[in-house]
Amino acid sequence: MANVISDETIEYVGILAKLELSSSEKEEAKSDMGRMLDYIDKLGELNTDGIEPMSHVFPVKNVWREDVVTNGDDRDNIISNAPGEKDGMFEVPKTFE
Amino acid sequence: MGKNYETVIGLEVHVELATKTKIFCGCSTAFGGAPNTHTCPVCTGMPGSLPVLNKQVLEYAVAVGLATNCDITQYCKFDRKNYFYPDNPQNYQISQLYLPICRNGYVEIETENGTKDIGIHEIHMEEDAGKLIHDEWDDCSYVDYNRSGVPLIEIVSEPDMRSADEVIAYLEKLKMIVQYLGASDCKLQEGSMRADVNLSIREVGAKEFGTRTEMKNLNSFKAIRRAIEGETERQIDIIESGEKVIQETRRWDDNEGESYAMRSKEDAQDYRYFPDPDLVPISLSDEFLDEIKSRQPEFRNEKMARYMEEYKLPEYDVNIITESKKMADIFENTVAIGADPKKVSNYLMGETMRILKEKEMDPQDISFKPEALAKLIKLQESKAINGKVAKDVFEVLFFEDIDPEKYVEEKGLKTVNDEGALRKVVEEVIKNNPQSVEDYHNGKEKAIGFLVGQTMKAMQGKADPASVNAMLKEFL
Ligand SMILES: [Zn+2]
Repeated sequence: MANVISDETIEYVGILAKLELSSSEKEEAKSDMGRMLDYIDKLGELNTDGIEPMSHVFPVKNVWREDVVTNGDDRDNIISNAPGEKDGMFEVPKTFE
Repeated sequence: MGKNYETVIGLEVHVELATKTKIFCGCSTAFGGAPNTHTCPVCTGMPGSLPVLNKQVLEYAVAVGLATNCDITQYCKFDRKNYFYPDNPQNYQISQLYLPICRNGYVEIETENGTKDIGIHEIHMEEDAGKLIHDEWDDCSYVDYNRSGVPLIEIVSEPDMRSADEVIAYLEKLKMIVQYLGASDCKLQEGSMRADVNLSIREVGAKEFGTRTEMKNLNSFKAIRRAIEGETERQIDIIESGEKVIQETRRWDDNEGESYAMRSKEDAQDYRYFPDPDLVPISLSDEFLDEIKSRQPEFRNEKMARYMEEYKLPEYDVNIITESKKMADIFENTVAIGADPKKVSNYLMGETMRILKEKEMDPQDISFKPEALAKLIKLQESKAINGKVAKDVFEVLFFEDIDPEKYVEEKGLKTVNDEGALRKVVEEVIKNNPQSVEDYHNGKEKAIGFLVGQTMKAMQGKADPASVNAMLKEFL
């Protein structure tokens, strides 16, 4: 494995992804990520001169809709997915800016 | 001390687009719905839901780009900006980083040293977040996702502004362009236009930029001006005392007249943008752009020229009534139903501007109907009411949906055209004011003004001042 992921990196990635990993999970994730980067490096060996970066795997473009209201009030269904509810609102842990 | 500093300002302006539906789903964008009644799986970020772009958002964004001299990115796409916050149910905001829809534009502003171009770095399309509600006494926060997925464009300027005046002029210009396009009502107070100010200080003549701060929560032009002045002073103080400005986001408190650093979220601002695989790329044909170009409305300069040519209005008038699209629309619609252009213009420049200023209202808030103003002007032209009464009625008509003809009738405001009645009052006034009569005969022309006033008072304001004047002269 050419790419070695440091403890700091895995810690940082964990924070960004809001994941708390045990030490064994961290080791596993480090080696997985290292192998992924190795694979990316392999792609880097290819000659891509003059090739446009791809942004989508399907040859599809311009999927649009008209500006017409199609959805009504479906609050009860939507709210049934909330972790908590009060007065028609999603209840979440106290969050400050 | 003694050093000369220069303020360098760039703006990030978010404009909420006036579409009927959200950017990626068919939910209504209407204001005032009960919490979460305008939501669906897409705009609440439910797993498996798929966004589909609202074509109108694309058209508005391109229209604003064309009107601000931008290059349109004909092949563009959406990216995900990743962060965790409860007002953002997907844990990413759909935005554009790599290929924003518009790039490299500019708008021209008026400054005290003549015109100046303010560069536009880019304009991109993105979605708005939901609204978090905090209860001081509660351990929880609450989220309403009605605004989640409402379409925004973010207009990012180059750091080309050097003063609060230039910033205000730039914002006024953007607001006018976007309003003329009908792409948004651009109300700062209501948040349909939001400006974040990036500001740094450097010594005059320096080539490098200083460290900048970003200021948020600016809800009025007044607040923006105060915040710029306050932040300029704060940064100069820091530099003068030999310390360094820290790059940070600050929140402006307009009541305190102070900004404070926002508690940096514990996570670094690392958004890990990547192309959104749920949305396919956009490829705009030349025909698509031509179509939008052909639909661009008449902008202010063209309108001004036409009003002077077509309605023979003075430049002064035209300048005022084209300042907002709303005002120009009222003008055109009132004239279209037969009212005299100059008289309509007078009502807009005079009474309307006065009331707007007094009540601190925006031209957008004007609600009176062109028909009402046209009727009022007709009443005045036919001498059914005099100028003073007309002004009073206009004030009522401005705030209430009245029919001026009926109103004047019901309130008994019509000018009394009964010559006999007027003759009697005039005789009375002359009899009771011998001093003024004598003054008048002794060459004091002004004395007649007093007599007219007395007559008007006796007629409860319901006489035509010109007839009163004529009759008084006849008697004298
Ligand atoms: Zn929705």
